[in-house]
Amino acid sequence: MDIPYTTQLREDTNLYNAKVGIWLFLASEVMLFGALFSSYILLRVGAPPGTWPHGLLNIPIGTFNTFVLITSSITVVMAWASLKMGNFGKFKFFQAITLLCALGFLSIKTFEYRDKFIHYEVWKNDGTRMTGHIEGNPWFWNTQMLKDKKLASITFSADAHHYAEPRKHGAEARAGHGGHGEAVQIPAADIKRLSAFVPAHSTYFGIYFTLTALHALHVFGGALVIGYLWGPGAKMWKTDPERFTNRIEVSGLFWHFVDLVWIFLFPVLYLL
Amino acid sequence: MSDSHSHDHIAKHVRVYITVFVALLIGTLVTVGMYSVHFESVALTVAIAVIIASVKAFLVAGFFMHLVSEKRSIYTVLAVTGFFFAGLMALTIWAMHDFPDNTANTQQTFHTAPAPAPHVP
Repeated sequence: MDIPYTTQLREDTNLYNAKVGIWLFLASEVMLFGALFSSYILLRVGAPPGTWPHGLLNIPIGTFNTFVLITSSITVVMAWASLKMGNFGKFKFFQAITLLCALGFLSIKTFEYRDKFIHYEVWKNDGTRMTGHIEGNPWFWNTQMLKDKKLASITFSADAHHYAEPRKHGAEARAGHGGHGEAVQIPAADIKRLSAFVPAHSTYFGIYFTLTALHALHVFGGALVIGYLWGPGAKMWKTDPERFTNRIEVSGLFWHFVDLVWIFLFPVLYLL
Repeated sequence: MSDSHSHDHIAKHVRVYITVFVALLIGTLVTVGMYSVHFESVALTVAIAVIIASVKAFLVAGFFMHLVSEKRSIYTVLAVTGFFFAGLMALTIWAMHDFPDNTANTQQTFHTAPAPAPHVP
C-alpha cells in the first residue's frame, strides 16, 4: 500500500503530509524548549543577588560553535536547492559539509563539557571560595569522594578570578576563567564543600547542562537522519526524486530549528 | 514554498540564502561585540541581546525555513504555538516575584518578642 500525499498536495492543507507533520512536531519542540527557557528565567531571577555565575563558559569556543551551526544551516538549504535544480552531486557535497559541521559541533561541545568536569569550586570552612583545578585533573570529584578517598589535602590551582567577584566586561571572555595562580595545598579538613562544574554544583550548571545536552541530542538526532538520507537513503533519488527532495526539505526544517534554538541559547548562557 | 519552482526561481533563492548566511555571521559578531560594551542597565543588556537573537531567528525561520512564503495551514499551526508560548512566558513573568515561602528570596529573620516580665504583685 502506498503512503498517500508524499509528493501530492492535500486539498485541505495544500501541503504534502510530511511537511504538516514536521511543523506540528516543531510546534511541540517550541513548547519543550520554551518551558526550559522559562525555567531558566525563573532560576536566574530567583537567584540571590550576585550569586549567578558569569564568565564560566568559553565565549570564543561558543562563538565558533555558533558559526559552525550557521554554516550547517546554509549547507542544508543549499543541498535542498541543489536537488530542486536536479543536481544530485551538489546535494551530496553540501550535505557532507552539514554532517562535518554536526560532528564538529558535537566534538567542540564534548570538549567544553570535559573542561567543566575537571574544573572545580572549593568552599572552605572559613567562608572563602575559589575555583580552579585539582592536580591531575580528576573528573567529577565531590565532597563525599574526598572523605571516601581519605585524602589529607588536595593540590589546587586557583583561578585568578572568582565568578562572584564584580564582573569585568570582556575580561573573562578570553579564557573562560582567566589564568591560574600558584598551586596551593588545601587540607581536606578545611574544605566544607567541593564540586566540579556539574549540574549538582548550582542551578546555573543544572539549567546549562539540561539545555545544552537536550540541544546536543537534537543535533545528534538530526545528524543521524541527514546521514541516513545522505548515505543509504539517497537511493530514493533514482526511484522517486520528488519524494526524496521532500524528505530533504523536512529534515532540513528540523535542522534549522536546532540552529534557531542555539541562536537563543548562545547569548543567554554564554553572554548574559 | 511552492513546489513548482523553476530553475531560475531556485537560483534567485540561493542568492537570498547566501545574503542571509552573511547576515547571520555578522549578527553573531555583533552579539559577541555587545558583550564587551558595558551597559549600566541589566534590562537594556538583556533586551539588546534578545533583539539581536530575534532578528537572527527571523532570518533563519523566514528564509531558510521559508516561512515568509508558507501556506496558510502552517501559519495557523504557528499562531496556536505562538499563543501558548506567549502564555507560557507571560506566566513566567507573572511569577517572577512570587517566590515560594522559605526560599532564598523570602527568608527573613524573625525576631521573637521578648518574654513579658514576670508579673510582680
